[in-house]
Amino acid sequence: MKALKKALDNLRPTFSKGGKLEKLHWVWDANETFLFTPGHATQRGAHIRDGIDLKRTMFMVILAMVPCLLFGMWNVGHQHFLALGEYTALGEGFWQKFGFGALKVLPIVVVSYAVGLGIEFVFCSINKHPIQEGFLVSGMLIPLVMPVDVPLWMVAVGTAFAVVIGKEVFGGTGMNVLNVALTARAFLFFAYPTMMSGDKVWVNTSTADGQAVVDGFSGATSLGLAATGNAGQVTSLMDSFWGFEAGSIGETSAFACLLGAALLLFTGIGSWRIMFSVFLGGLTMAGIFNLVGPGLGNEYMQIPVLHQLMLGSFMFGLVFMATDPVTAAQTDTGKWIYGFFIGLLAILIRVVNPAYPEGMMLAILFMNVMAPLIDHYVVQANIKRRMKRAALAA
Amino acid sequence: MSKTIRIRKGLDLRLKGEAEKVIVQADPPGVVDIKPTDFHGLTPKVLVKPGQEVKAGMPLFRDKYNERVLFASPVSGEVADVIRGEKRKVLAVRIIADKETKYQEFGPADPAKMDRGAIIERLLESGCWPFIRQRPFDVVADPAQEPRDIFISAFDTRPLAADLDLVVRNNGAELQAGLDVLAKLTKGRVHLGLSDRTAAREFLDAKNVQHDTFKGPHPAGNVGVQIHHTAPINKGEVVWTTGVQDVMVIGRLFLTGHFDATRTVAVTGSEARNPKYHRTLIGAPVKDLIGDVEPGVRVVSGDPLSGSNVGVDGHLGFYDTQLTLLPEGDEPKFFLTDGWLSPGLNKLSASHAYPSWLMPGKRYAPDTNQNGEERAFVMSGQYEAVFPFDIYPVHLLKAILVNDIEQMENLGLLEVAPEDFALCEFVCTSKIESQAIVREGLDVLKKETT
Repeated sequence: MKALKKALDNLRPTFSKGGKLEKLHWVWDANETFLFTPGHATQRGAHIRDGIDLKRTMFMVILAMVPCLLFGMWNVGHQHFLALGEYTALGEGFWQKFGFGALKVLPIVVVSYAVGLGIEFVFCSINKHPIQEGFLVSGMLIPLVMPVDVPLWMVAVGTAFAVVIGKEVFGGTGMNVLNVALTARAFLFFAYPTMMSGDKVWVNTSTADGQAVVDGFSGATSLGLAATGNAGQVTSLMDSFWGFEAGSIGETSAFACLLGAALLLFTGIGSWRIMFSVFLGGLTMAGIFNLVGPGLGNEYMQIPVLHQLMLGSFMFGLVFMATDPVTAAQTDTGKWIYGFFIGLLAILIRVVNPAYPEGMMLAILFMNVMAPLIDHYVVQANIKRRMKRAALAA
Repeated sequence: MSKTIRIRKGLDLRLKGEAEKVIVQADPPGVVDIKPTDFHGLTPKVLVKPGQEVKAGMPLFRDKYNERVLFASPVSGEVADVIRGEKRKVLAVRIIADKETKYQEFGPADPAKMDRGAIIERLLESGCWPFIRQRPFDVVADPAQEPRDIFISAFDTRPLAADLDLVVRNNGAELQAGLDVLAKLTKGRVHLGLSDRTAAREFLDAKNVQHDTFKGPHPAGNVGVQIHHTAPINKGEVVWTTGVQDVMVIGRLFLTGHFDATRTVAVTGSEARNPKYHRTLIGAPVKDLIGDVEPGVRVVSGDPLSGSNVGVDGHLGFYDTQLTLLPEGDEPKFFLTDGWLSPGLNKLSASHAYPSWLMPGKRYAPDTNQNGEERAFVMSGQYEAVFPFDIYPVHLLKAILVNDIEQMENLGLLEVAPEDFALCEFVCTSKIESQAIVREGLDVLKKETT
């Protein structure tokens, strides 16, 4: 440790004011503070401070995403081989599947981080701000909400758009209105719809080794099927719970999401209010559909409540996207309202609007925009309470 | 007895170095410093010159903008120096104390037979007035105003704080005399905030006051929390607050006719060699109480969350009843061994991202490292969990940061003091200095409204 510290001390002048690489000071600072929490002693106010900092907080969130990432890698391989008719049983060819998926997924992760962090470094160097940790999470979320066949340049463009327009123009980490990862996805979704939806992008069907795609293969996701009037063909409840289905890389397994949720709730980093209320909102809307579905003869509406919530990205969005503390409502009451409407709208859009097979992304982005308004009314109520009290006393 | 008010939000920090429940009589201090900086917003006008002889109770300086408010010497002796800092700001008036204290005679008096004006005059001339503080703004009270109520907290929940039950034991007469004085100052009530664990008869049997009982973690003992949960401050109202030991000084003034600024101070903290209670004087050198200290120790006059760093050669603050000795944390921490990615078995944290919450019995010795760099507000709900007010703390802080005066007032700034945000500052992931921000807001608001 001492040697490393010494090496850093020797290098520091190069990156400090007047040094050769002065312009890269904040990039240097980010790396140095990564290795060593600075020896800043408190100057004013509380003399002792909690051990927690943003680095550890963000790391916990990344840790929570690991189950989704690992399962996603395996599932990418699994879906690929399923399409080719090889290793069709779940237990077969684990390493082949995982290896295939890893080769597909890791480049997306690398591109997302490289582009995003690169832009952050540039912005912070220009603005002379320390580099904040926000993108560590966004950079992992972006690959997990991409279809496997998304071209890497598209990941780069989407990430660049999200970081610049979604975040930096507002002032960087902590200042953004919209969830960064979803901004990237929404941008690609509307800019390149053929590469972000439909039935060609979710499963990699490259036949490089001379195989052929099996007869009757459909690359559509369950929600894609349901939206086109084939609600009867959606994957079973258990398969969608475990995640054996086509979809974005990290979203398919509700189980993996729940593992992440467990860590977020255990550490108190994810808001239980938001998670619970999103679930409640989804439950309510799916329940309403269940009630009116038979009368309308709509098969999609009749998918059982729990099954409905296990499909698509509902669970992934619930655990990792809706709970983003920067873009969610900040007040406790606000969180209940915010979460409930995300759940409600996600199922509503998914089932009723034929243009969008999945509603989670749009529901969260919409409520991101609404969150400050919700908070405004919650805070306004507090102010009114105080005024009323004053009026009573006077 | 009235019903117990339950404070649910908050946090008791489990620190090493609690003072043993023994009171030691410290030697009379050879030199004392009275520091104008202990009184926020005060512009002092020094009334003495080096070489001048003073008696205990004689004024050293006064408030330039409220000339009736005098600040007195706690000892008799010779003024050694008026210590000044940048721009000739007065940092302290130093007095070399006589062996035998000579008191300025104010004569014993019975508050019951005096009118309000006479009592105030007596408090002012004896230097007891600055013990009385006011909300809003958390500054020394203005003798020209009349408070709606007066609040005193009879228990201290701050980390490692002095046990007031111990302090008050056998001092019931001076406490009661002080409370009788305060009762004459307001048409409203004198509230004495008790803990559900308060056992001292001196508190329980106190007369001329309203007893309010509270149960819950820190900051339940903060007078601001007690005000908020009994009779919150509305716009236009002023309440006064004071401490138990301050009331005792006032009581002694009326019983003996002397300004006797004796204090029982808890010496605490993981670096304190001999954590005990010491009976000493306001402004006494901390060295008298803590002995020799190794380098790398921070000496805080007050508690670890809101006290002031006075250094080894510093002096006890005017309002402080506690000294805390903490290890300095100015060494970088490698991320895997003791930094942000370490297991953190020795890290005190309210967050569940460190394992401290799984070890409820363990006591910690945190150093003064900030444990991370300052960031924008990212997490939400953290402050609310330790802030037992019907106030949105982050929204209030943001209103202060953007200097929106109307919004500050609307969001409840008038009800709080910086110390009420001490726990928020402690738990903050983004290391935002909320106490300083609140103080700034109060200054702005005070300037705008008075």
